[in-house]
Amino acid sequence: MSSLTAPPIRSRLAGAGGRLYWRSLGELADTPEFRSYVEREFPDQASEWNDPKGRRDFLKLMGASLALAGVGACTKQPPEAIVPYVRQPEDLVPGRPLFFASAVPQSGVAQPVLVESHMGRPTKIEGNPEHPASLGATDSLTQAAVLGLYDPDRAQTSTYRGEVRSSATFLSAIRSALAAQRGTGGAGLRFLTGPITSPSLAELMATILQEYPQARWHRYDPVSRPAGVGDVPHTIYHFDKADVIVSLDADFLTCGPAAVRYARDFADRRRINEEQKSMNRLYVVESTPSLTGAKADHRLPMLASQIQGFAQRLASAVGGSATGTPSGAPGSDVDKWIAAVVKDLRAHQGRSVVVAGDYQPATLHQLARTMNQALGNVGATVTYATIEAAAPDQGTSLADLATAMDAGRVELLVIMGVNPVFTAPADLRFRDKMTKVGLAIYHGLYVDETANLCHWNVAETHPLETWGDARAYDGTVTLTQPLIAPLYESRSAHELLATFTAQPGRRTLDIVKDYWTRAFQGSSDWKIKGANADPAAFDRFWKHAVHDGFIRGTALADVGPATPFKPAPKPAAAPVQTPQGVAAAGAAVGATGATQGALFTPSVPAQTPPPAPPGGVGVVPQPSTNAPANPSAALPEQRVPPPSGAGGAGAPPPQNQPPAVPRSPAPALAGGLEIIFRPDPTIWDGRFANLGWLQELPKPLSKITWDTSAWVHPLVADEHGLRDGDVIELRYRGNVAHMPVFRMAGHPRQSVTVFFGYGRTMAGRVGNATAGAQAFNAYLLRTSDAPWFGTGLEIAKTGGRYLLATTQEHHLMEGRHPVRVATLEHYLREPAIIQEMGEKPPKTLTLYPEHVYDGYKWGMAIDLTSCTGCGTCTVACVAENNIPVVGKDQVSRGREMHWIRVDHYFEGDLDDPRSLDNPSAVHQPVPCMQCENAPCEVVCPVAATTHSAEGLNDMVYNRCVGTRYCSNNCPYKVRRFNFLLYSDWTTPSLEPLRNPDVSVRSRGVMEKCTYCVQRINQARIDAKRDDRRIRDGEVVPACAAACPADAIVFGDLNDPNSQVVKLKAQERNYGVLEDLNTRPRTTYLAALRNPNPELANAG
Amino acid sequence: MSQIFHRYTNIYSRLTLLGLVLLVGLLGTVVAMLHWSGYNTGQGTFVEQPFQFSHAHHVGGMGIDCRYCHTSVEESAFANIPPTKTCMNCHSQIWTNAPILEPVRASFREDKPLQWTRVHDLPDFVYFNHSIHVKKGVGCATCHGPVDRMPLMYQQATLMMSWCLDCHRNPAKYIRPRDQVFNMSWGPPADDPELGTRLVREYKIASVEQLTSCSTCHR
Repeated sequence: MSSLTAPPIRSRLAGAGGRLYWRSLGELADTPEFRSYVEREFPDQASEWNDPKGRRDFLKLMGASLALAGVGACTKQPPEAIVPYVRQPEDLVPGRPLFFASAVPQSGVAQPVLVESHMGRPTKIEGNPEHPASLGATDSLTQAAVLGLYDPDRAQTSTYRGEVRSSATFLSAIRSALAAQRGTGGAGLRFLTGPITSPSLAELMATILQEYPQARWHRYDPVSRPAGVGDVPHTIYHFDKADVIVSLDADFLTCGPAAVRYARDFADRRRINEEQKSMNRLYVVESTPSLTGAKADHRLPMLASQIQGFAQRLASAVGGSATGTPSGAPGSDVDKWIAAVVKDLRAHQGRSVVVAGDYQPATLHQLARTMNQALGNVGATVTYATIEAAAPDQGTSLADLATAMDAGRVELLVIMGVNPVFTAPADLRFRDKMTKVGLAIYHGLYVDETANLCHWNVAETHPLETWGDARAYDGTVTLTQPLIAPLYESRSAHELLATFTAQPGRRTLDIVKDYWTRAFQGSSDWKIKGANADPAAFDRFWKHAVHDGFIRGTALADVGPATPFKPAPKPAAAPVQTPQGVAAAGAAVGATGATQGALFTPSVPAQTPPPAPPGGVGVVPQPSTNAPANPSAALPEQRVPPPSGAGGAGAPPPQNQPPAVPRSPAPALAGGLEIIFRPDPTIWDGRFANLGWLQELPKPLSKITWDTSAWVHPLVADEHGLRDGDVIELRYRGNVAHMPVFRMAGHPRQSVTVFFGYGRTMAGRVGNATAGAQAFNAYLLRTSDAPWFGTGLEIAKTGGRYLLATTQEHHLMEGRHPVRVATLEHYLREPAIIQEMGEKPPKTLTLYPEHVYDGYKWGMAIDLTSCTGCGTCTVACVAENNIPVVGKDQVSRGREMHWIRVDHYFEGDLDDPRSLDNPSAVHQPVPCMQCENAPCEVVCPVAATTHSAEGLNDMVYNRCVGTRYCSNNCPYKVRRFNFLLYSDWTTPSLEPLRNPDVSVRSRGVMEKCTYCVQRINQARIDAKRDDRRIRDGEVVPACAAACPADAIVFGDLNDPNSQVVKLKAQERNYGVLEDLNTRPRTTYLAALRNPNPELANAG
Repeated sequence: MSQIFHRYTNIYSRLTLLGLVLLVGLLGTVVAMLHWSGYNTGQGTFVEQPFQFSHAHHVGGMGIDCRYCHTSVEESAFANIPPTKTCMNCHSQIWTNAPILEPVRASFREDKPLQWTRVHDLPDFVYFNHSIHVKKGVGCATCHGPVDRMPLMYQQATLMMSWCLDCHRNPAKYIRPRDQVFNMSWGPPADDPELGTRLVREYKIASVEQLTSCSTCHR
C-alpha cells in the first residue's frame, strides 16, 4: 500500500517542533525509498560499485575511455569559412547584437518583447521595458517563442491532401471555391480563428464578411476566457493601487497575458525596504492550488463549485446588492474568514480589488464587479474594457460551427491557428464532423491533428517572421516586426485573409501599414496623438511606433477605443463611416451588426454553474452522495470517434492505455467527485507541446516535467490506495480518460484537477504522446456546457503505473532551513528574527587566504517575498545559455540541466491539524551561489573550476574531464553534468538558435550558472572602452531580466550605491547554508507575509 | 636481489631497456613538436582563398588603413571582413577589367558573398574581443605580424593559450601608445624602456588576476 499513510505524516509533523518545511510528500513521510533516492548524488550511477560484475566492466570502460580520450583529443581544428556581406546593412556591427521591439501574441493578446538579433538571427527574447504590459519582463511561454521559430517540425509549405502544392495552385483553388460561394453570399463559408485583437486583421475579416454577408466567423480558444463573459467585458486590474486583494479562484500572478504586469505591480507593493514599511494583503479562495494561492497571506481551499456561493456570501456581506441569497450552513471558520475579509475590504475602499477567476462562470464575474462597485474600486483599481475584436461567445460559436458542419452546410471552412480536433469539447465530436466539410483549409504553425483532417494545409508565418499588430492586455496597440525572412514557404494570417478579398496578393506590411496610415490620418475610431493627413508626419509616427514597438496612447486606460470591427473602405469610394463610440464593447459591433445578424447577438454565459452539491455551498459536501448505485455496470462507451483512416492520426483509442491497464473497467473508487479543468502551466492548451524548453520546465507546485497528472488531495488518495504515478480511469458524463495521479497538498478534497494539453498525437517529435500516454488527454472529458468544472466524476484505479519525472525531490537540502519566512509585523518589530534562524560563522574561520577584489565584486540578491515561482527565470536561462533539453528519461534520473531551478517548499504549522489541507508555500530560485569559499573549487583535480578576480566561480568546459568531484562537494546542488551529448549538434534549424556568446557544451563536462558572464564581459569591455566603471543595472543576467516580479537583483558589491548592496544590507538578507562558511554571493531576502491579525489561526 | 637476466645477455637487455626509454622520449618529443608545429597550430601556413588578395599591396603599397576594411575592430569582438561593396568602392574605378578581380565583380553582380577561409581561427570556447585590445594599445602587428609585407595572409603567431598568456601575464612588454596601434612598423623605442609600464598604468590595464581569470576568455 501507499507509503504515505496518515499516521507517519502526522507523527513526523508532530515530531519536528515549530514550523516545518517540506518539498514533497515523500520527504514528509520519509520513506525508505525516498531515503535511498536522496542519499545518492546521481542516483543511477552509484550502484555500479556494489556490483562485482558491474565494477569490472566499469573499470574496463574507464581504461578504454582514458586511452581513447588521448587519441580523441588529437583532432585538428576544421577550417572555418567567413562569409561577409555583399552590401553590409547600415547600423549593423558584426559581432554585436541588435535589439528590435516586437510582439509575440499569446491567444491573440500581444506580449511586448525586445528580440536580440545576432547578424540577422533572433536568438533571445527580452521584455520591452517601455511597454506598460511588460516593463522589461516576459513570461515563460514568450521566452520559448524563439525555439518555436526554429522548431524543425514546423509546417514548411502548402499541401493539398498531403502533397506539396505551389502558391499559385492554392490561390486558384481558393478563387474557384470562392466563386462558388459568391452566388449564395458565402452561406457555406466559415472561418474559425483564435481570439483576434489585431485591428488590421479584424478589418480584413470585417471586409470579407461584408463581401460575403452569409459567411460566419467563429472564434474558439480552448483556455482563454471568452471576451465579455456575460456582460462583463475584459477586466483590467491595477494592483499597483491595491492594498487589499481578494482572489476568487483567479491565478492572476502567473496565468494569462496580463500576468507579467500584474506580478510586477503586486510585487512592488510588497517590497519592504527603507522607504516602504507596509505591504498589500492577498486573500485567495481557490480550488486547484495555484501559484497565486501560494503567495496568499490567507488561502481558503474550496471546491470550484462552491466558490460562487462563497462569493455571494461575501458580496452580501460587503453590502453590494448581490442577487443571490446567502446560502450554505454557517461554517464557523468560513464565517470568520468572510467577516475579517469584509472588514479589511471596507477599510480600504477604493484601494482594494476583488478578482474573479478566468475559469469561473459569468455570475461570479458579476458578483466581483458588484463588490468592486460597492467598494468604490471601479475606476481606481479595476477598469473594464474590451480589447478583442467583436466576436461571438466562444462556446456557442464552436458549437454553432459543429452543428452547421454536421448538417453539411459548411462548404468552405478556414481554420486559422486553432486545433479544434484536439481541443474541442468531447460532446461536439468535432473530428467526425470534419469529414462533412466540403473543402477545409488549415493555416497553422504545425501539421497538427486538425491539419491532418483538412484538405489544404497552409504553413503559417511565425510572429518573429512577419509584420503585424495586436493589442496588449491593457489595450496598447503593439506592433510586430519581422526579425528574419520567413524560414519556410509560409503565409501570415493577414496574407491568408487577403486572398479572400478583392486584393489577394497584398503583403502583410502593406496591409498593416495601410490600416495605420488611415488610422493616423483620422479616418477611423483611433485618436492618435498628432494625427494628421501629412504623409511625412505619418512616416515619423510609423518609424517611432516600429522603433518603440507600440503606439502610445492606445491603452484602454487612456480611453483608447475598443478594437474596431468594420470593413476597410473601398479604394477611392464611399465616405468613411463615422466613428462609433469608444471603449464600449458593443459600439464596434454596432457598426456591422446589420450584416452580421445572429452572429453578434449579445453573448450568453459560456457556462451554466453546475448544481450546488448537496449540503449547500460553503461547507464540505457529503462524499459520494450521487455516486451511481453500481458504478462498474453498463459503463458508457468512450465518446471518442474512431481514428480517421488516412494519416494514422487516430484519437487516443482506449486500447492505447498503458500495458498494465486491465481491459475491463475497474470498479470506481469514488464517485460524485468534482472535476476541475485547467490549462497546463507550461504547454498551455497543448499548442506548445513541441517546445522542449517548456516541456522540461518543472510545472509549478508539482514540479512534474514532460507529463500531465491528475491532482488529488493526499489523504483522499491515501484512502483509495493511490500513490503518485498510479494510473486512474476518470469517467465523467459518459466520457473516459486516463491520468496518472499526483497527490497535491492543499487540493480540495472531493475534487480532482486535470490539465489540458497532453495526449497529443501530431504535435511533432517532441510533443507526441507515447502510446501509453495518449489517453492522458483531459479534452476527452470536457463538455461544452461545463468547460471548467462539474460534478459527477468517478475515478477508478486501473492498476497501471506511469513514471512521472518530477524534480521535486531532486537536489534536496535535508531540512536545513533554506527558506526563511516571517510575518511583516514580526519582522518590523524584531528584525533580528531572520538572522536568528541560522548560524553564521565568523569570516576568519577559514584555512584559505582571503580574496581581495579591487575591481568589481559581483553579487545577487533574490527577494523571496516577490518570487511567485513561475519559472520564467529557468526558461530565460535556458535560452540565454544554450542549455540543452535532456528528455523525460534523463530528468527522471535527476539529470536535468537547468542552471537555475525554482525550489518549492510547503510550509505547515504544526499546531494546525489541517496542514495537508491548506499548507502555505514558499518558492526559492536557486542559481549558483558563487561562494566566496567555494567547496567546488578546491576539489577539482584539473583546476577546471577556479575563482575569478571578480569573485565568480568560473567553470572552464575545455579543461573539465568530468570527475564530478565539484558537484559532489557542492552543498547547493547547482552543478549539472552532461552525462550524454545533450546538445543537439545535428539539427540544422536549431543551429541559428544558439547564443554565439556562450559555448555549446559537449558530453562529459560539468556546467553551472555563470551569472551570465558573457553579459558581464560585454559590459566590462564597453565600460573600459569609454574609460568608466560599469554602471549599476548595466549588467542584468537573463533570469533577472525576465523575472516578472523583479525578484532577482544583480550588481557590484563594491559599489556602495548599487541596488544589490542596499538589498543585502537589509536585516532579512541571509545566505543559504551559511553555517558551512561557504559565504555565498547569492543571498536571499526572507519571505514576508502580511496576515490579517484577526485571522491568526485561520487559512 | 637475484639476477634477472643471464650474465651474457646483460649488455643486450640493458641496451634494449635504454633504447626503450630513448624511444619513448623520442616519441614524446615528436608528438610535442607536432603539437607545437604549424601543422597543428596553423602558424605560418597559407590558406587557399577565393582569390589572391594581397595585404602587401593594399597596406604596404597603397597605405590603406586597417580600419578602411576591418570597420568594427574598434567597437566589436569581430574586426569584420569587408563586404564586396568595400572592394568595389575602388575597383569600380580602377582595374575594372582585371581578370584576377572577376570573383569580386561576380559577387557584386550576382549578390553572392565571397567565401573566405578563416586564417586566425581560435577554438570555439575562446572568446577574443578585438575592440578592447585595440583600446588598450595592442597593435595589429603584435598579433598579426607584418601584414604590410604579406602578399598572402598567414598566421604569424601560434595562437596557443600560452602565447595569449605571455601578454596577459606581462602586458607592459607588448603594448604601445594608442596612436601607434595601426602602425605596422612601430617598434618599442630603445631610449624609453619604461614606456610599457607607464602605458599599463595610464591605460588602466586590468590586474594580472583579472587578465588571467578563466572567464575573461572562456565562457
